[in-house]
Amino acid sequence: MSQRFVNWFKFASPASFYPLAGKAWPWFAALAAAFCAAGLWLSFFVAPTDFQQGEGYRIIFIHVPASWMSMFIYCVMAFWAAIGITFNTRLSGMMSSALAPTGALFAFISLWTGALWGKPMWGAWWVWDARLTSELILFFLYVGYIALTAAIDDPRRADKAGAIVALVGVVNVPIIYFSVKWWNTLHQGASVSLTKAPSMATTMLWGMLIMALAFWMYSIAVALYRVRAIILERERHTTWVAELPEMQQ
Amino acid sequence: MNWGSTSEFFAMGGYGLYVWGSFGVTAAALLIETLLVRKRFSDTRRTLRRELAADRDSQDQS
Repeated sequence: MSQRFVNWFKFASPASFYPLAGKAWPWFAALAAAFCAAGLWLSFFVAPTDFQQGEGYRIIFIHVPASWMSMFIYCVMAFWAAIGITFNTRLSGMMSSALAPTGALFAFISLWTGALWGKPMWGAWWVWDARLTSELILFFLYVGYIALTAAIDDPRRADKAGAIVALVGVVNVPIIYFSVKWWNTLHQGASVSLTKAPSMATTMLWGMLIMALAFWMYSIAVALYRVRAIILERERHTTWVAELPEMQQ
Repeated sequence: MNWGSTSEFFAMGGYGLYVWGSFGVTAAALLIETLLVRKRFSDTRRTLRRELAADRDSQDQS
């Protein structure tokens, strides 16, 4: 077999993924810190004041990236759920469970910053609008996934049940994304899209994209760290865990 | 540069409460998540170390 061919299934084994994740997370954490510093600097010191919303618009630099991450992480969870159901790999369920709390956190941040933005601009913390309601449903899907998998004792069965929730719930993601097009809504349309030129100043756009990268790297780092804890919890009775250097006195 | 002074920076043109409420809660949430994840990992590692040590002790005695 060619040496260039990477055997991806090797890393589907928790025993080989655990040390890999241990080596990888500090790099992602460092990238997250660097992007965060650059993104915050752009958000507060480079991006100009908005002609309509004054300084209040600066909430966009976390609101939009957090909303993107909340949708993206759910898609990644659904991807691992599909892999888990198809190939019956143990690691897939662990990856889904490692991602869920971070996804829920970003959904919460999206709703929270949205409320703090809505109050001064719309005059309301919350409205039952399609965009806001579908994002709230996303938050509940995360919470439902976490509660369901925590309620089932056998981790393999918990993974299967969770995978169904993740796969069924993923239909909500395009609903959130297109809600501003499909329904009349108070929420503004997409500021950035693949087909049109962005409707905002270049420095604002860069600030937002770099903050999104920071959140992305943060999510990878924290999910890799959490999956290591999950692997240890689930593989506690195996020889390879007993032989890990950090388990020796 | 957008800000004439530090107090202007914190006032955010009158939107201080909303802007800092957003950035502050986000920073706190990410920090708390990081601490909880670290705690979860180190707690698990400590428990497993203890279990393994107990296993070794009981094997030594028998």
